[in-house]
Amino acid sequence: MITTDIIIIGAGPTGLFTVFEAGLLKLKCHLIDALPQAGGQCSEIYPKKPIYDIPAFPEVLAGDLVDNLMEQIKAFEPGFTLGERADTIDKLDDGTFIVTTNKGTKHKAPVVAIAGGLGSFEPRKPPIPNITDFEDKGVAYIIRDPEVYRDKKVVLAGGGDSALDWSIFLADVASEVTLVHRRNDFRGALDSVEKVAELAKIGKINLITEAEVKGIQGSDKVESVTIKHKTEGEYTLETDCFIPLFGLLPKLGPISDWGLDIEKNAIKVNNALDYQTNIEGIYAIGDVNTYPGKLKLILCGFHEATLMCQSAFKRINPDKKYIMKYTTVGGVTGFDGSKKIAKKEQVLNIKDL
Amino acid sequence: MSDIKLKITDREGNIHEVEAPTDMAMNLMEVIKGFELVPEGTIGTCGGMAMCASCQCYVTSEHELPEMEYDEEAMLAEAFNVEDNSRLGCQLHITPELEGLEVTLAPEEM
Repeated sequence: MITTDIIIIGAGPTGLFTVFEAGLLKLKCHLIDALPQAGGQCSEIYPKKPIYDIPAFPEVLAGDLVDNLMEQIKAFEPGFTLGERADTIDKLDDGTFIVTTNKGTKHKAPVVAIAGGLGSFEPRKPPIPNITDFEDKGVAYIIRDPEVYRDKKVVLAGGGDSALDWSIFLADVASEVTLVHRRNDFRGALDSVEKVAELAKIGKINLITEAEVKGIQGSDKVESVTIKHKTEGEYTLETDCFIPLFGLLPKLGPISDWGLDIEKNAIKVNNALDYQTNIEGIYAIGDVNTYPGKLKLILCGFHEATLMCQSAFKRINPDKKYIMKYTTVGGVTGFDGSKKIAKKEQVLNIKDL
Repeated sequence: MSDIKLKITDREGNIHEVEAPTDMAMNLMEVIKGFELVPEGTIGTCGGMAMCASCQCYVTSEHELPEMEYDEEAMLAEAFNVEDNSRLGCQLHITPELEGLEVTLAPEEM
């Protein structure tokens, strides 16, 4: 059991900044995110895109924003449970919460802050009606252990980096690798595209372009797929495995079953006060919440995180009074023993010179 | 500056005739979002960066549309339910040339 002061669900910019504001109040945080890395959409969808409306940053790349936030919160030693999705929440009699992930990791804290953005990122599944019947029976959307494919016939689909890179990798593992892509050009990194072309030329990858996988057949596991080619029509290809790699799509997911008030795919909060949800002790901040006049902007998430931490402090320390201190005055004292403080001006007596 | 008329068929098959301003730097995805023609959270997931295809639509009128840029083409190459007349709503800017445009929203990805 991981115990902390605030469980933050979602390690996007809002979740990360919450660690800083909580740290100033001497509250420890632990973040849970379904993605394998911190940063949320900024890292997953658009790391190389510039953002122009972060105060005091005329221009900052989304990826750099995340790097900066990670640096800013380092001294507050946040914990991370990455690559796991927060699935269930239980409120104990003493008012604390236990959040359990899809992999069974348990987290306990008196406060939960949902900074889940658009939800957890799930693999995009191609619209093949019976595809879910074959999940874990030959169909996989994520490759966890490539050894599973040793000496198997594998069909991959997609035109991005992961489809290219895995085709290259599996060419040496699987007995047969087929890559199906709708177009003739790929949008992956140039050297991956070149490598795939090379392997296709020597027959190590069966490259089928201008085609799509339209159907899956098999009695209790994948036995073949139907490929629809733009000009050659439909045909069947024998295979043991089908791996569609079409990136990720955010879904609100299990959070929507936590008994929270949900409106328009977002969690309703009290914005006049502290961004608390209808369940006392659970807050929702950033893109995941809604209230009159809500704007889904990173800078609004930062503001919401700051106010939310004040309320969390009162919940955790009902008898303490908190007096707001500017970081320029009080500095930043990390949980790692580091201390940042403004340098004192040197005083020089003119007579000493 | 004047408004243009658009005919938008939503994912349930309902037809909406809306007037969209040409002087607000809007795109088709934002118009659909603004008029709440589909449930919140089911369109414009990436915010309009041509990175999610949640605003994919089929253009059914004979308008001469601006050429696709690389981002849109690449995204449509990865999207599902793509047809020859598929475009990303977020990449179609509301200009006077689009007067009378007719589009049907592509099904939502599961």
